[in-house]
Amino acid sequence: MNSFWAILRRDIRLAMRQGGGGGMAVGFFLIVVSILPLGVGPDLNLLARIAPGLLWVALLLSVLLSLDRIFHADYEDGTLDLLATGPLSLTLVVIAKMLAHWITTGLPLVIAAPVLGVLLNLDTQAFLPLMLTMLAGTPALNFLGAIGAALTLGVRRGGLLISLLVLPLYVPVLIFGVGAVNAVLVGPSPFGSPFMILLAITLVSAVISPIAAAAAIRLNLD
Amino acid sequence: MFDYYANPARFMKLSGVLLPWVSGLTVILFAVGLYWGLFIAPADYQQGETVRIMFIHVPAAWMATFVYGYIAFASAVSLIFKHPLADVAAKSAAPIGAAFAFLALMTGMIWGKPMWGAWWVWDARLTSVLVLFLLYMGYMALWQMIEEPIQAGRAAAILGLVGAINIPIIKFSVDWWNTLHQPASIVKGGGPAIHSSILVPLLIMIGAYMVLFTALILAAMRAEILRRRVRNMRLAQAEGGYHG
Repeated sequence: MNSFWAILRRDIRLAMRQGGGGGMAVGFFLIVVSILPLGVGPDLNLLARIAPGLLWVALLLSVLLSLDRIFHADYEDGTLDLLATGPLSLTLVVIAKMLAHWITTGLPLVIAAPVLGVLLNLDTQAFLPLMLTMLAGTPALNFLGAIGAALTLGVRRGGLLISLLVLPLYVPVLIFGVGAVNAVLVGPSPFGSPFMILLAITLVSAVISPIAAAAAIRLNLD
Repeated sequence: MFDYYANPARFMKLSGVLLPWVSGLTVILFAVGLYWGLFIAPADYQQGETVRIMFIHVPAAWMATFVYGYIAFASAVSLIFKHPLADVAAKSAAPIGAAFAFLALMTGMIWGKPMWGAWWVWDARLTSVLVLFLLYMGYMALWQMIEEPIQAGRAAAILGLVGAINIPIIKFSVDWWNTLHQPASIVKGGGPAIHSSILVPLLIMIGAYMVLFTALILAAMRAEILRRRVRNMRLAQAEGGYHG
């Protein structure tokens, strides 16, 4: 277990010191959210109505762009080979790396979300539900995305391919994330039921994804 | 039987014999099913003649899902047993499944225009077939991007299984999303059970699609095996070890 925490700490430290991790994702989040009103118009009522959806879609894209950071650097410099031959099972290595990635990019995005909600005239009573759903949903986005990132490790310029592989898998997270926020704003279903399903999706993806991602990494190391 | 056909040469022999018969059966079933569906079956009292597009649309949508299940099964066989033909089967099925999904989407749009007054409505079924189509696209792209066939096959098998676990979740979430957003005015089905005058040609059409899939998958797998053989010959030739 010690090596698990060591990998976790190492990845967090690397992301903090290298820069360009969480900060870049939040910057991208901000850019997308500020560009959308320029596209749909400055009508505050309209923006307030579609704000949960816009914020979630922007979040999805931000997470998507950060995905290649999970494994790619370690794959290129050979660290992943070492980790794969080490005593810690590759599945646990993958979990540690996903967790570190979530702490350094997922969490900052969730914290930034309400601030960007202000830009979109999001009703203040939706701030807390928005953060809660994003807190529950971003791990799932990371887990599912890690599968795509691991599968495309050996592919040159895999960025476009990742989005094609991963975005369809994000559909349920998006639907229930936006659904839960909208449940608070307009009803009719209570906040609880879509939120519970969102948590369930996160848990299921937490089970599937480390196994699938570890298998994908192993085949790329051969 | 399972192990016996692990040898591609045996598969080539068997499929070569089967293919003409399956193709012939496809033509016959389509001729019967289409004639029955388009000319004999009664028009719907509400939807009129447009209901006939159902005979193309419903089996296509059904097959799009079925083919993904087939890919998932082949992926599991490929990962667990390392069966050399499972990869070939999964790879060959993907474009066929994508074509079925595309056909279902197009006919759904054509059907939707007179029914709903718009080419595209975010109806739950159309939307989930659209997501399924996107999954096929990603799956095929992954096959294309990784050059080495064995490695591509293993990556695609992982993706195929992950996608198969996700499809029911996606379907459920799209249904949930749809009931939340749309008023209950467009509820289809739930009416009286399908009358046999429509059900029989529909079943024949489903049979025709199944046989069509069998014919296409056999032909595609043969082509894929030959393609790999050519690739190996070229590689051997480039190394100078191949004389023939």
